[in-house]
Amino acid sequence: MLRIYCPYCESVRDEDEFHCVGEAHIKRPERPDELSDQAWGEYLHFRTNPRGEHREIWHHVVGCRQHFNVVRDTETYEIKSVYRVGEEPSSAADSDA
Amino acid sequence: MSQVRRLEKGGRIDRSTRFEFSFNGTSYTGFKGDTLASALLANGVSEVGRSFKYYRRRGIVGSGVEEPNAIVQLGSGSLSTPNLRASEVELSAGLSARSATTTDRFGLRRLGSLFSSLMPVGFYYKTLMRPKALWELGEKLMREAAGLGNLSRGRDPDIYDKYHHHCDVLIVGAGAAGLNAALAAAKTGSRVIVADEQTEFGGWLLSSSVTIDGTSATTWIERVVTSLRAHPHVILLSRTTIFGLYDHNLAMGCERLVYPKSADFQSPRERLHQIRAKQVVLATGAIERPLTFANNDLPGIMLPSAVLTYLNRYAVAPGNDLVLATTNDQAYEAAFRWHDLGKRVVAICDSRSDLQPALIKGCEERNIKILNEHIVTEARGKKHLNRVLIARLSADKRSLIGKPHVLRCDLIATSSGWNPVIHLNAHTRTMARWDEDEGSFLLDSTSPDVVTAGAVNGARTLAACIREGVTAIGRLHALTERDLDIPTPNIEEIESTRPDVIFKAPHVRTESRAPKQFVDFQLDVTAADIQLAAREGYRTIEHVKRYTALGFGNDQGKLSNVNGIAVLAGSLGKSMSEIGTTVFRPPYTPVTFGSIAGRSVGDLFDPERHTPMHQWHVEHGAEWENVGQWKRPWFYPCTDESMQEAVNREVLAARSSVGVLDASTLGKIDVRGKDAAIFVDRIYSNAFANLRVGRCRYGLMLRDTGMIFDDGVTARFAEDHFLIHTTTGHAESVLSWLELWHQTEWPDLDVRLTSVTDHWATVAVVGPESRNVLRGLCPDLQLADERFPFMSLQVVDIEGVEARIFRISFSGELSYEINVPSQYGLSLWERIFEIGKPYGITPYGTETMHVLRAEKGFIIAGQDTDGSMTAADMDLAWCVRKSDDVEFVGRRSLALRDYQRLDRMQFVGLETVDPKTVLPEGGQLLDAQNKTVPASMQGYVTSSYFSATLGRSIALAMVSGGHRRFGETLHCAIRDGRFIEAKIVSSTFYDPENSAQKVGTLSGTNDERSRAASRVLSQVAALETNGIPVREDVGISLRLWGDSRIVTLLGPIDGIEQIPGSLSSDVALPKEPCTWSSVDGMKVCWLGPNRWLVFERSRDEGASVSDKGSRLPSEISFVDTTGNYSVFSLSGSSVKRLLQKSCAYDFHESVFHTNSCVLTTFAKTQGLVVANENDGVELIVRRSYSDYVYRWIVDATREFGLAI
Ligand SMILES: [Zn+2]
Repeated sequence: MLRIYCPYCESVRDEDEFHCVGEAHIKRPERPDELSDQAWGEYLHFRTNPRGEHREIWHHVVGCRQHFNVVRDTETYEIKSVYRVGEEPSSAADSDA
Repeated sequence: MSQVRRLEKGGRIDRSTRFEFSFNGTSYTGFKGDTLASALLANGVSEVGRSFKYYRRRGIVGSGVEEPNAIVQLGSGSLSTPNLRASEVELSAGLSARSATTTDRFGLRRLGSLFSSLMPVGFYYKTLMRPKALWELGEKLMREAAGLGNLSRGRDPDIYDKYHHHCDVLIVGAGAAGLNAALAAAKTGSRVIVADEQTEFGGWLLSSSVTIDGTSATTWIERVVTSLRAHPHVILLSRTTIFGLYDHNLAMGCERLVYPKSADFQSPRERLHQIRAKQVVLATGAIERPLTFANNDLPGIMLPSAVLTYLNRYAVAPGNDLVLATTNDQAYEAAFRWHDLGKRVVAICDSRSDLQPALIKGCEERNIKILNEHIVTEARGKKHLNRVLIARLSADKRSLIGKPHVLRCDLIATSSGWNPVIHLNAHTRTMARWDEDEGSFLLDSTSPDVVTAGAVNGARTLAACIREGVTAIGRLHALTERDLDIPTPNIEEIESTRPDVIFKAPHVRTESRAPKQFVDFQLDVTAADIQLAAREGYRTIEHVKRYTALGFGNDQGKLSNVNGIAVLAGSLGKSMSEIGTTVFRPPYTPVTFGSIAGRSVGDLFDPERHTPMHQWHVEHGAEWENVGQWKRPWFYPCTDESMQEAVNREVLAARSSVGVLDASTLGKIDVRGKDAAIFVDRIYSNAFANLRVGRCRYGLMLRDTGMIFDDGVTARFAEDHFLIHTTTGHAESVLSWLELWHQTEWPDLDVRLTSVTDHWATVAVVGPESRNVLRGLCPDLQLADERFPFMSLQVVDIEGVEARIFRISFSGELSYEINVPSQYGLSLWERIFEIGKPYGITPYGTETMHVLRAEKGFIIAGQDTDGSMTAADMDLAWCVRKSDDVEFVGRRSLALRDYQRLDRMQFVGLETVDPKTVLPEGGQLLDAQNKTVPASMQGYVTSSYFSATLGRSIALAMVSGGHRRFGETLHCAIRDGRFIEAKIVSSTFYDPENSAQKVGTLSGTNDERSRAASRVLSQVAALETNGIPVREDVGISLRLWGDSRIVTLLGPIDGIEQIPGSLSSDVALPKEPCTWSSVDGMKVCWLGPNRWLVFERSRDEGASVSDKGSRLPSEISFVDTTGNYSVFSLSGSSVKRLLQKSCAYDFHESVFHTNSCVLTTFAKTQGLVVANENDGVELIVRRSYSDYVYRWIVDATREFGLAI
């Protein structure tokens, strides 16, 4: 059971208060019609699934109901940083594009 | 025979309290402070069980968790507990135990050792695999024989409790290192928890004869413990085994409470501690390792540490004539103490050549013979050890020199070194490294938040352990020993010199010819077995473990693993570090299922949601269907009615007269804000921006993949106010879905979302007579089509309560869904039945709801769809906009090439050729021509019922290219090999013209029957609180607010600091997360950014914000959520402990202040915990959970006493 800091509630809570939505910073294409089936399919289905640092969207379901970003190491489960939607991770965690 | 082995004096036992107990049917006596093992040894019981495979006699080897042989089952009936080690069972009056391993599992008593030699390692794999039938027979026999003990079949009447803890430093193990670490940690002001598995603190000090500062070690322990108790932030947990260390420093500990305290099962038997520690000090010590030699399993062979423990702690001498065989210095203390207590030490065999002078001097003083370069090679005796063969070791210590000679003795203590207890750290994936100097696996590295101290680190003297306790805390806090200033005690002990690394004594014969040399006592794995596995090609210890069962017992190889690794290393010619250890997995020692389940058993197994009309359903004999956590009436059987008969009756009532469904579980999401229309329009595949105020529309929600996610009716109350209905099962996920889009893709939209599922009680009145019922309920409501058309809504006053009525239909009949705040739900429901009586009004459940909608071909998202269907697949293409004006979710995907395939699975109806046969849901559909395996699947049945309306069975199905296959016959495969023929038809079976949901001619004007009873709907408190015993000694008082007003305020807002509270005063809008502000008894709680909950008791005069909200600034939205919640007031001295049992949140005063409010997990559901001025809290839970939460509180407070 992980402990996750919610940047809106400003407190640390147990993992079971949250839901992991998936990879963060996947931008929805502005003009989907201009995309080929393949390019649209990649937006819909393809994810990096890295070993190591991974940026994820988490949702504080039981608490403030806000979505926010988490940089989590998928190997050690260490949480490297947490930041709000629309923000970028701090430089320390900003290793992969 | 009575306690023949008990020493005259000494020990930490209370000789004045004598306990009678029984073991394997024989009565004995022991003392308070004994373990079952020490009491058995005191009584001269040397045989405690038989071995698992070979049925050999076995005695007690160890004195703690490591004991492999004395596995017992305690008690009887539903209180019976298997799988306990006698060395850990505290003796109590009347204790009744039996050995788990007395039965002759394989008939070896009769067959003797002949058969045993026929059961080599891997016996089952080798002999039972072929033919297959033999495996099945073998498996059955093995199941009979497997395991150590039996589970009780009855329901366990005991209470198992759980606590959540938070601390700065958790110290695991309260031996010398742990206690000193605790002293140092407490000094820094940290929140400290010290946990130890023993009944009292002290660890090895309780067994040792060493003196500290000139007095006994126990004096030092008492002084340290007293000092720790004086610290307010230190929690001491004895009898608590930390059995696992998990991610982010979650430590799990099981506390065995003193038992039985009382016979009425009001106090818990075990308590699971879930400890979140910022940092962990592992002072877990080490377990002594036995030497492996021939016949080393005879009763009378023990660990030196166990001998010393029984002598010093329990005043038991488990023999008369001792031979000590060792490879290290520490074991000498046992022999010296044995001698000093007047017993005979026959000899000490030390494998080493050079011994330190202190040992030689100690032996000379006591006239004990030391045989250096000697080892024990074989034990002999029939029922008990009576002599031992010892021999000189060659220079490389791998073979024997000369003939062994015999020593007579009745006790051998053997040590081949120590195994540090590194299990917990290894749980978090730290690897172990073999240290040849120490002869132990030590931790390679630890995480920055976990440090080790003492014997677990390889420290071999008491002075080193005590020192390491302080340095460990120093490392965590970056402090020096001088900073911490913990006095270093003065200890007199023998220094430790380098041990020999020998695991197994050589024998004059090879391993396969010598008498058995046991490595794993519990599962009867011998050195020869491991060598055979190596010869058969097994190379890694993980495979050898699985093949031989080494370390698979409930002791998890605490004594055997390292010795097994050594035998394998020897066989393969590899080093210990090349072989490495198996992976350590939690739990460290067995944990009861009761303790893991805690109070989540019986009616607290899972959170339960009840509708406001729940009690009525109970009283009217409803059968239940679980829909998520909701309890929904499934059907209402009359006397002697079968389910099908009841459903037929309910269906016909709804079609011909009037039926009523409790639809309160439908998800309801309130959508406000000036961009609400844009938002709803983008979320649905059909247009909503053009929905007129007062009207409703059925909508489809797609994933961005274009697949159907959910469906339901959405209503518009104002230009900037919608209500989205979701399916019962998707209420939570749809809200999360809307929030995701709003917060991550369209944050610029002003949209405010509130779940109001619990606020509204929903009653669906269905059938041709529904309009007459409605007229009785709202005599002034205009019901004609022009005034109240299909797919519209009315907000009306029903007997003093504001109600919302939707004219929508999920049945195809004329139907009205009436919504009132949930506190009025039961009253409305009863009123409707009163009015509908003349029409034969009939309640119906979810099964009838399903039949009615299936007759119309209405889908249920999640039953007929599974996330891989488009609107077109479901024949709902009319729900998708053709224009490209709005970029709604899922739009682009609909043009994907794959979605245009003609052979996609498509939604159709099925009619069986035999109208009485009902197809099985999930049944696979095959072509008539192609039914031989492997046949290609043409589709599958998603819904199937008997339709009383049509007098035949109907089914809904997905069929490949189904929309072009009407009239075709498919074959549904049944489990028994038969096929049912069914024809593909339209999915609309009933009333394809939709005439039934229109308003017919009125059956009479101005119906007087219903006007008669005009009264006010009454509020119903959410709970029945009868039957709770009132106690004097209450630790908690609970009060349910029956008269609260609760509203939700929503932003976004800019610059608004205060809102009007009551008539006279304003109240600050709390901006700081998880805090509240208040005025005149009204509280405003922060729920999230731009979201507040306001609650107060209803007041007679003086409108406040929670009454109307009209005086609020226009930027703030106001949603009445009174019916959404129940408010409990909790006060008394034990409130914090109730919260500790129910929440993982840290309610320590340093975190949770008097103006704190926190929305968190409470009892596996959600609760808002609001601190109040009287050291108590208000607990606000969703109303549907209030029955469950109430039961939880009653159960969790049994030990404190609860007043209502
Ligand atoms: Zn939060």
